[in-house]
Amino acid sequence: MSESEPESPTLSRRRMLNLASASIGTLVASPALADTLADVPPREPGADLSAHSERSKFVQIGRIPEAGPGKRKVDPDEAINSKTPLQKLVGSITPSDLHYERSHSGAPELDPDKHRLLIHGLVQKPLVFSVDDLKAMPSVSRVVFIECTGNGWENWKKADPNLTVQNTHGLVSTNEWTGVPLKFLVDLVGIDRGSRWMLAEGGDAAGVARSIPLTDEILDEAFVAYGQNGEPLRPAHGFPMRLVMPGFEGNLNIKWLRRMKFGDQPWMTRWETARYTQLLANGKARQFQLRMETNSVITSPSGMMEIRPGYNRITGIAWSGHGKIARVEVSTDGARSWKQAQLSHPVLPKAQTRFQIDWDWDGKPTKIVSRSTDEKGNVQPDRGSFIAEMGRNALFHYNAQQTWSIDEAGRIRNALA
Amino acid sequence: MRLPETLFASFAVAAACIAPALAYDFGRRPTPDEIRLWDIDVRPDGKGLPEGSGAVARGKQVFEENCAACHGDGGQGGIKDRLVGGQGTLASDMPVKTVGSFWPYATTLFDYIRRAMPYPAPGSLSDDDTYAVTAYILSLNGIISADASLDKASLPQVKMPNRDGFIPEAEFGPTRGAGRK
Repeated sequence: MSESEPESPTLSRRRMLNLASASIGTLVASPALADTLADVPPREPGADLSAHSERSKFVQIGRIPEAGPGKRKVDPDEAINSKTPLQKLVGSITPSDLHYERSHSGAPELDPDKHRLLIHGLVQKPLVFSVDDLKAMPSVSRVVFIECTGNGWENWKKADPNLTVQNTHGLVSTNEWTGVPLKFLVDLVGIDRGSRWMLAEGGDAAGVARSIPLTDEILDEAFVAYGQNGEPLRPAHGFPMRLVMPGFEGNLNIKWLRRMKFGDQPWMTRWETARYTQLLANGKARQFQLRMETNSVITSPSGMMEIRPGYNRITGIAWSGHGKIARVEVSTDGARSWKQAQLSHPVLPKAQTRFQIDWDWDGKPTKIVSRSTDEKGNVQPDRGSFIAEMGRNALFHYNAQQTWSIDEAGRIRNALA
Repeated sequence: MRLPETLFASFAVAAACIAPALAYDFGRRPTPDEIRLWDIDVRPDGKGLPEGSGAVARGKQVFEENCAACHGDGGQGGIKDRLVGGQGTLASDMPVKTVGSFWPYATTLFDYIRRAMPYPAPGSLSDDDTYAVTAYILSLNGIISADASLDKASLPQVKMPNRDGFIPEAEFGPTRGAGRK
């Protein structure tokens, strides 16, 4: 759509294809288009076989390291997270190297032969495990989203119109993780009846540590992962082992996991008091708000893209820490009326689900917005009621509906509502 | 060669039967010394605090040598988190969240400094110096006096100004399932 081309009274197949490809965000400059089949380059022998297959040189895709809200284009050593290019992804699985990254003292390169996991505290039998020990145990694999507790934090106070969906929502990703169920490890050490909490601690320099309540749901679903999308974890995501807590805030999914300690009360670490608590307008802060709520965002067309009147396919992702996405509705008139979008299968619990819907844009300025509903009936709130409940200072757990405004030129911009 | 096959078959059957018992052989028992080496966490009730003590005056020196470069002289105006002030701002449009205005437990400060600070060399401060710099930061916030000293008995007794400023989530907080066995 950013390419210039002659206007045609009918929606030609070529334009349709251009629109379709642009609408999934692959806005790669291709100055020489193949106007006829004769313009398509001839076939020729390709590259030699190799140990790794790299992305096409025609595909420009990458994460962007950022600091806090409004702190973009920072030096790498000042960045605290690196955001997933949601506008350039299709389907629902995030490539491992594009999974968002958040760390508190950098990503250590740990030697798996020397890494150990200590499990102790209120247990009958403290144990130390190597990576090989874990790999020898029964394993589970599960596709789940992990979302930084701060995802969406650019829009608490205002909407910078120049943000892309990568800036506003790029701290959520979905991978298949493989590892050992927490329950299996708990059975090995035999936790005492009084154990109601577990401290999970990382082997990074900061020793990031969180108190995890041992609810039935968490005991049933948490696992210690050593695999990511079919291969060992990437260092940025916790190599050689990490905790995966389906549906819960990213910070609980402790990376570089090296210690789990059981106890009868929470430890009140810095990350569950000074951080990852939500300051309300009255000055009190919500604490242990651990579940990531029902959320969705339109990824195309989205911030900084341009569309033309006529056919446009709207697509995006939805996710909920409560379970499966049941429904996504899309409004193309600023949340006045809603239409149900189509969900791409499989719809998995606590994983990103792709949605799409066809739209004929009449060329008049408008706003597009999505809202998700999960299988437990939780509905993604509109911005007004969300702020009325949480205030503007909470910083974490932002899940208000995302609005994109569209002007008469088809320019898409970030808007509050 | 029939004999080994028979033996192997019967061994396999036996192994299948005792598999659950074998599962308990994963990993190894750590020694108490090993656990002590890694067991660094501290709770609000003081459990986990080590022996030793530190005074505000010593803490000022530790802070200037290890912390001020990022957190600023006196815990303000640095390139990293502000540690001092902000009391009374939490309900405003521009809340200033610091140790003094926001942190609910003094033990968390000791735990965090010991595990994560100073940023380039976490774990490099002695326990005495960790108590001392904790005391200094608390004194900068007017929470303890300038001639105070802290140890494992006194640190958990420190009442933070925002101790009651948190609303734990019913589903996951410390009181979850209260009244239910």
